[in-house]
Amino acid sequence: MIDNTLAYWGILKKDMRNYYLKPPNISWGIIFPVSWTLMFYLRSEQAVDIRAILPGVMALSILFGTTSMLSVTITFERKSRSFERLLLSPISLNLLMLAKTTGAIVFGIINAFIPVLFASFMIDLSGIHWGILSLAVLFIAITSTFLGLFIAVSVNEVFEAQTFSNFFRFPMMFLCGLFIPIGNLPAIIRPLSYILPLTYGSDLLRFSVNSEASIPVAANLLVLVLFSGLLFFLSTHNIKKRWIY
Amino acid sequence: MHIIEARNLVKNFGDFQAVKGIDFFVEQGEIFGFLGPNGAGKTTTINMLTGLARPSEGTITIAGLDGVRNIKKVQGIIGIVPDESNLYDDMGGFENLVFCASLYGMKKRKREQRAHELLAQFSLDDTGNRPFKAYSKGMKRKLTIAAGIIHEPRILFLDEPTTGIDVESARQIRQLIATLNEQGTTIFLTTHYIEDAERLCDRIGFIVGGSVVKVSTVQALLTEAQQEHVLQFWLEASGTHLQSELLDAFPMVSMSPESDHTISLRSKVPMDLMPFMHFFDARNIKVREARLVRPSLEEVFVKITGIELARLKKEKEGRK
Ligand SMILES: Nc1ncnc2c1ncn2[C@@H]1O[C@H](COP(=O)(O)OP(=O)(O)O)[C@@H](O)[C@H]1O
Ligand SMILES: [Mg+2]
Repeated sequence: MIDNTLAYWGILKKDMRNYYLKPPNISWGIIFPVSWTLMFYLRSEQAVDIRAILPGVMALSILFGTTSMLSVTITFERKSRSFERLLLSPISLNLLMLAKTTGAIVFGIINAFIPVLFASFMIDLSGIHWGILSLAVLFIAITSTFLGLFIAVSVNEVFEAQTFSNFFRFPMMFLCGLFIPIGNLPAIIRPLSYILPLTYGSDLLRFSVNSEASIPVAANLLVLVLFSGLLFFLSTHNIKKRWIY
Repeated sequence: MHIIEARNLVKNFGDFQAVKGIDFFVEQGEIFGFLGPNGAGKTTTINMLTGLARPSEGTITIAGLDGVRNIKKVQGIIGIVPDESNLYDDMGGFENLVFCASLYGMKKRKREQRAHELLAQFSLDDTGNRPFKAYSKGMKRKLTIAAGIIHEPRILFLDEPTTGIDVESARQIRQLIATLNEQGTTIFLTTHYIEDAERLCDRIGFIVGGSVVKVSTVQALLTEAQQEHVLQFWLEASGTHLQSELLDAFPMVSMSPESDHTISLRSKVPMDLMPFMHFFDARNIKVREARLVRPSLEEVFVKITGIELARLKKEKEGRK
């Protein structure tokens, strides 16, 4: 038991020091929300309703932050063969993958609260359901990290991971109801929205920030848990099949 | 006691069979070497034994544990040094070692103490803070070995430990392997250098084209080789056309031309030099050099595997 926790912390600490706390990644967390907010500001040509776009900016910060990290911490390590060292160590594959993803989950959570911090200087944040907001952030971070994991273990090259990520990220941006309400989408593509995990996460965020929601909180959480479980299972399955050849 | 036992081990990559049903065992406490040319299936076998590849068929038992089903337990008691280093480029030597130790559940104090110890033992203590990518090839290999033994494994797997590094590092590494073995570590290594196999190993398995063609102790191989007497001639002119005449004149020898101007004669009984000198002289062929060769492991290797000497020489030169 003690063995495993030491290995878990060892991997997490190494990833933190080697990847997450490197200046480019820290600045990413700041540049991203600022540029998003600016984009909305320019587009609307008037005072932008920061509170209305806050859930969207938070969700995208998490999504982009987590998925792009995994292509480095997994695909790149695999390419440079250091991932083999982890596969050859006596810790179970499940624990190994949890150790490799915990850093990205924490990174995603921090990324989510940077826009909140900025917003707090500009607008009044009273009335936000902080409990549900935190749950939403946690579960979005977990789900999108595992999505990033699934992508990272399904490809061989870092650039493939990036391209493949965008294949998921951009449709999600437009179809998850953050900027265009799902009700306003053409009826044929609406079902698509409901197979994307971010739809449920953003519904939770909008409920906690702006008290508007279309799906019950518990249902949203349940769907996110199911998505996470499925993606994690598929990822370890892929590793066993492709990397322990 | 057989600490490693492989039975009918097969590895298929699609239609291609890289390992073709091999059987072997390793005794506790010995140095066992897989000797074979590039592409023979050495790395594939190590990968199956250490859990990086799944056997297509066959069984592996390591320290009494099922090497497939119980692989995580097995990985706790083995150390692995891959052919190419897999440490972290941006981390220092010390940091790399400490991290590897944490994967085996070692406590912080013990980790750091072992890391310092190993850096000193490998004469790397001056460079412990330098990033791994700034290391020379020989230093990289040494640190990779240090990382492989940081948790004091009972069995150490080394894939081509002396390939592609400078002579001095190679010498240090051989010394180190011998010392580890004296301290009780069982060693499984692969190499395509006959000298390494001869100098290091207690027993050698010859692997060619995915099959183990012979397993024997180095001593027995040498004894076997030395039951043969070999005379080698370097001629001024081509001697290949003399084959049948030579064999008629000296029925007890067999002949293997190595090149146009070199001839090796083998015999089960001792040979005298003079009759052969007369033979060449009578045919007006000058002998530049002649010598009685003490057959080496190289000869055995060639005989057993059927791999031509020329190819072996080429690989040896690639080393320099
Ligand atoms: N992942 C793989 N896919 C297909 N063929 C492979 C793979 N790994 C090794 N091989 C082939 O299997 C054979 C044995 O390779 P290897 O075990 O690396 O040889 P060695 O280590 O003895 O040089 C080679 O012909 C090699 O090309
Ligand atoms: Mg090899």
